[in-house]
Amino acid sequence: MAKLTFKTDNCKGCGLCVDACPKNILQLSPDKINKKGHHPAELTDEAACIGCASCAIMCPDCVIKVER
Amino acid sequence: MVVFDKPHSLNEMSMHYCPGCTHGIIHRLVAEVMDELGIEGRTIGVAPVGCSVMAYNYFNCDMIEAAHGRAPAVATGVKRADPENHVVFTYQGDGDLASIGMAETVHAAARNENITVIFVNNAIYGMTGGQMAPTSLPGQVTQTSPYGRDVNHCGYPIKVCEMLSQLDGPEYLERVTVNSVKAVRNAKKAIKKAFQNQLDGKGFSLVEVVSSCPTNWGLTPQQALKWIDEKMIPYYPLGVYKDRSAGEDK
Amino acid sequence: MADKVLMKGNEAIAEAAIIAGCRHYFGYPITPQTEIAAYMAKKMPKIGGAFLQAESEIAAINMVYGVAAAGRRVMTSSSSPGISLKSEGLSYMAGSDLPALVVNVQRGGPGLGGIQPSQSDYFQATRGSGHGDYHMIVLAPASVQEMAELTVKGFELADTYRMTSMILADGTMGQMMEPVSLEFDVKPAPEKPWATVGTKLQRKHNIVNSLSLVPEELEQLNFERYEKYNYIKENEAMYEEYLMDDAEYAIAAFGIASRVAKNAVNEARKQGIKVGMIRPITLWPFPVAPFKKAADKVKAIISVELSMGQMIEDVRLATECKVPVTLCNRVGGMIVSPEQVLEAIKEVAENGGAK
Repeated sequence: MAKLTFKTDNCKGCGLCVDACPKNILQLSPDKINKKGHHPAELTDEAACIGCASCAIMCPDCVIKVER
Repeated sequence: MVVFDKPHSLNEMSMHYCPGCTHGIIHRLVAEVMDELGIEGRTIGVAPVGCSVMAYNYFNCDMIEAAHGRAPAVATGVKRADPENHVVFTYQGDGDLASIGMAETVHAAARNENITVIFVNNAIYGMTGGQMAPTSLPGQVTQTSPYGRDVNHCGYPIKVCEMLSQLDGPEYLERVTVNSVKAVRNAKKAIKKAFQNQLDGKGFSLVEVVSSCPTNWGLTPQQALKWIDEKMIPYYPLGVYKDRSAGEDK
Repeated sequence: MADKVLMKGNEAIAEAAIIAGCRHYFGYPITPQTEIAAYMAKKMPKIGGAFLQAESEIAAINMVYGVAAAGRRVMTSSSSPGISLKSEGLSYMAGSDLPALVVNVQRGGPGLGGIQPSQSDYFQATRGSGHGDYHMIVLAPASVQEMAELTVKGFELADTYRMTSMILADGTMGQMMEPVSLEFDVKPAPEKPWATVGTKLQRKHNIVNSLSLVPEELEQLNFERYEKYNYIKENEAMYEEYLMDDAEYAIAAFGIASRVAKNAVNEARKQGIKVGMIRPITLWPFPVAPFKKAADKVKAIISVELSMGQMIEDVRLATECKVPVTLCNRVGGMIVSPEQVLEAIKEVAENGGAK
């Protein structure tokens, strides 16, 4: 069981993590806005996450912590 | 088990880079390498002038801000102040390293100065708002080449790795990119080698990272990563351009 | 008195720097100071130091910047056109509050100028020499002995105040040979907790930096730096007075010009003219006090310079224009003669000070 933790307020909403996810289970939140004013990245299906860390590797802002 | 987290050598500050700018990835890779080699406490980084001018804020190691283009000279001083203990890297953009600071770059390479150079090539001056860089591609539209870079008027881009590989001096030159998970992993290997070379006393090691500038390229972060593959890599082929210890010359 | 050795001024600077604990020298060849580099190239490898011929003056000053950031005593030397190139680095050193010693063995300018002695970098040295509000401590030796002494002093002042000290010499001083004593009590460098030498994972990272994007903060940094400058003005001005006690006229001169002027003062005294000399040893801070004092008792001051009249402005400021100040000069690598200075003294004396 993989677990992602987001430092949501560091997210700039660039979406590089969304594109990197092999399971297509990341999105830029359509309704949330963080302190920086961006739509932050979020997981749509926690159970489907395989903890591959592709999202974290492509994140320029160290937003995502990955545990497995 | 934690499989991925922010490296210790990078601090908690939120970086000033634009959304999707790959500077953040490259900073992280440098910090990961410092962590893995256990050298944060004896590393001194030298920041450039340009977009990464404030890199000194983000690394937990000691940092020096250099004048535009002078980072290799400053790094030479820091390294020679205590060659046994100091691990020294510069972090420079294309304008800093390949335009105003070309002399410092070439001569540090020629001396095989035992430093590590992280060269971020995104083919544009980002900080000042998108002017033509020494590495801007032929035909590339920038603020100061609004009709596209005309090579008959302002010359050709400079291929730094190719050029430096002609020198006898440098130990290691490699060009990488960070536009995919696989590419990022490769880039990290190259950066780690560039630091390890310094620890082994092998000398001047430069990693050119072909990077993106979504803001000034006028593309989304995703399009910018594709543009690296489509436009940048054909002009700036990835690979090892020199690895003296391994007997490799491209 | 300790044993003396016969040395060139340039060599005396180099040897004194080594005695002062400088183990890093970076430079680029330029006449008339190349002996300093040559001396360092010979000596440094034998004493565990580093000599490096840089690819440019710009690189040399930035190598100095790097060693200074790492908390070591370090120097570079050059001559006028080279100092112009180093001026970017000097501004950054000031902005980052880094200590170092820079030697300018001046030659005639502007531009490529000539290779003969000059004092025409006075403005450059005392007003900058790069961009922004800052000063360097500027020391003007008038003998080979002082070339050595002020080099040691320069390192000490640089470390005390975290700023650049400049030795402002000239081609004559650099090439001249004189006996010199090299025994000094060198003040060891102070602790430098700000230096970038690695955190050892035991403290927050140090940042050596001159960038400050918040105007309120940058203003405050400038204010603080000028408080330091004001303290230095009060406490570190150095000068020599020669026959000033009963003087009716005064010469202002530094470096090689003061040596010529001294002969003229002696000759004028023989001819019954009560003239003395004030020789600034620090050009920044400029020794205002002796000039202020002189302004209340002499009838005129003659500024003897190898420039078109640069120090004369500081003399006028220091005397608040209470007495006329005239210029006696040669430029372009020419040197004033004692006869020329004597004539200038006589002319002023005949007019009773009036122009």
